[in-house]
Amino acid sequence: MTNFTIFIVIAVMAMISFALVRQKSVAIVGGATQQLHSLPRYHGYYAAVRVFAPCLFLFLLWIIGGETVIENLVVAGLPDSVKNVSGDQISLILNRIQLAVQHGEASTTDANILAAADKYSSLYNKGLWATFSLTLAVGLLGYYLSNSRTHADYRARNSFEKTISVALAASSFLAVVVTLGIVASLIFESLRFFQQVPIQDFLFGLHWSPQTALRADQVASVGAFGSIPLFAGTFLISTLAMLVAGPIGLFAAIYLTQYANRTVRAVAKPVLEILAGVPTVVYGFFAALTVAPMLRDAGGAIGVDVASESALAAGLVMGVMIIPFVSSLSDDAITAVPSSLKDGSFALGATKAETITQVLLPAALPGVVGAFLLAISRAIGETMIVVMAAGMRPNLTANPLEAVTTVTVQIVALLTGDQEFDSPKTLSAFALGLALFVITLLLNVAALRMVRKYREAYD
Amino acid sequence: MNSAPAETGPEAIQAKPKMAARGVNVFYGDNHAIKDIDLDLYADKVTSLIGPSGCGKSTFLRCLNRMNDTIPICHVTGEILLEDENIYTSGIDVVQLRARVGMVFQKPNPFPKSIYDNVAYGPRIHGLAAHRTDLDEIVTTSLEKAGLWQEVKDRLDSSGTALSGGQQQRLCIARAIAVNPEVILMDEPCSALDPIATAKIEALIDELSGRYAIIIVTHSMQQAARISRKTAFFHLGEMVEYGDTTEIFTSPKEDRTRDYITGRIG
Ligand SMILES: Nc1ncnc2c1ncn2[C@@H]1O[C@H](COP(=O)(O)OP(=O)(O)OP(=O)(O)O)[C@@H](O)[C@H]1O
Ligand SMILES: [Mg+2]
Repeated sequence: MTNFTIFIVIAVMAMISFALVRQKSVAIVGGATQQLHSLPRYHGYYAAVRVFAPCLFLFLLWIIGGETVIENLVVAGLPDSVKNVSGDQISLILNRIQLAVQHGEASTTDANILAAADKYSSLYNKGLWATFSLTLAVGLLGYYLSNSRTHADYRARNSFEKTISVALAASSFLAVVVTLGIVASLIFESLRFFQQVPIQDFLFGLHWSPQTALRADQVASVGAFGSIPLFAGTFLISTLAMLVAGPIGLFAAIYLTQYANRTVRAVAKPVLEILAGVPTVVYGFFAALTVAPMLRDAGGAIGVDVASESALAAGLVMGVMIIPFVSSLSDDAITAVPSSLKDGSFALGATKAETITQVLLPAALPGVVGAFLLAISRAIGETMIVVMAAGMRPNLTANPLEAVTTVTVQIVALLTGDQEFDSPKTLSAFALGLALFVITLLLNVAALRMVRKYREAYD
Repeated sequence: MNSAPAETGPEAIQAKPKMAARGVNVFYGDNHAIKDIDLDLYADKVTSLIGPSGCGKSTFLRCLNRMNDTIPICHVTGEILLEDENIYTSGIDVVQLRARVGMVFQKPNPFPKSIYDNVAYGPRIHGLAAHRTDLDEIVTTSLEKAGLWQEVKDRLDSSGTALSGGQQQRLCIARAIAVNPEVILMDEPCSALDPIATAKIEALIDELSGRYAIIIVTHSMQQAARISRKTAFFHLGEMVEYGDTTEIFTSPKEDRTRDYITGRIG
């Protein structure tokens, strides 16, 4: 008996109920299905739902909670000498038990652990069988109920409709819960960080070097957690990226919507959108291996000192990466402007360029601004290109020729490698993440409002 | 087919046509939408184009200011003369042409700008006003001529799209007038309006008819009878009959015209 078997049994039960109840509904009216309130297949669907939904619920309960319950039982049964230890060590003991369950006596010689492992296995087996019998019973009950209630006037269609809406609502609820969970964990961990590092130091500090002592007896600095250099780096690179992507994306959108003939548009638009599909890591090594050295050589040729990892290289390549964002969203905004406005302008003797700059773009402006804001939040969140092309050194500068680092890159740096989970160094990643989240959230809200406003303008 | 303009009658002889079509054909790809049309349009006579849906009225109207150029598959042959100059010769400045031949559309299409900027749009792009005061003057007189001034004079800064449908259409007329055109083309300007707004536009057309050559497409025969001196009946891309409005409606020469105005062709 395994979890998989249980699931298969549930699914098969549901399918069989579908077939049987469907047949029964046909039989009730002697084949004259037009006398049924609902089509036979709805009777079948609803019977399947009646079997599947409660069984699935039980099954999930077992999957999610079963193991924890068994672990607690096993721990409770351990001799006091073993179990009277701190919470951390309990989890170590549990790990050893799990190992013993998998590898038997090869993993340990501790008799207590082996005994516990045996207990664990038998409990787990019992749990499986219990779940299996329970689901079987519930499934049969569901089938029995559906079967006995099937009659000509039974509103299976309406009931099925209701289950559909419940299932849809559950999906969206799940998405919302997951989002809230992520935000909550960000906030929670950030609060822990701010207990160790004052929030004003984090928000306004000019120095970022999160090296804390590894051991308590080490004489090392407590680390500096001023996030300004990181946000300055993010801001610098995003600005550079937008300087590239803004004009090019917008002009491309104008060209594609207003000037390009159908063949050019049919080719250029998909090609532009392929740009959006290139993995960012590819952009990253393009930036690091091609653009950055090129910039350094070009700088050298005219006597300007360009770092081999520079904000400029990262910004330029990131700009290329977000061109399709700007262009395709601007394209939508421009196409959404009713052509009657264009005709009106032409009929007054305006040229194409006059029409575009004075009628089309102002009318599409909210949408275009929305496109820009979405592109900016994309740029802010981008990590890979910056890691590879702009370096990892926190550097408070406005000079795009120097190496800088960004918030996202620092988060990666903080969390890779072995870390003590509650050191300020690790926790600071959450604080950075939270700050970044708030910024992009605000940008997105602003962008969506803009986009919605321009939608309303023509409806 | 009586495609020649009505040259009988005393008033036809005196005036020279403002615009004239000579053997005009229009194709949308392979679709022959307008077939060999000859038509004289007079500056001092409002001309109605009537005919069943799809007969090519809008298509013909859009030839007169070359708005058809914006449709890639549209192809025009023949000549259209504006004061003896063929507007389809290659050297013509289309932008300038459209400043001389203005257009009002079926659905009011004010720009999402202020009322003032809507009217000032044309004068600005054509550089008709040297100073702000000149521009103010043009905006004011255009709105006055369009009969909208009293209603909007206190809110010139509010958006043109916030006006009612009838007001929007008069704003579009004011916008067309502001560039001081010689001809104004109107494609069913009242079809989106209620009877009261329609009456206002009709009164306005009547008033403007002295200053501008007006050509109007309409589906309402009563409207054609009320406001126009000349009427042309189109059917299936051909111009079936053209003459004085009173004659067309009282004693049409062609059977198809009679069938249409008595409601037998729809
Ligand atoms: N943009 C276009 N592309 C292709 N064909 C068109 C286009 N506009 C009009 N046509 C075709 O040209 C013919 C005449 O159309 P037009 O719009 O001139 O008719 P109309 O007399 O104005 O009709 P209505 O009274 O319904 O406005 C129709 O067959 C129509 O299908
Ligand atoms: Mg039409």
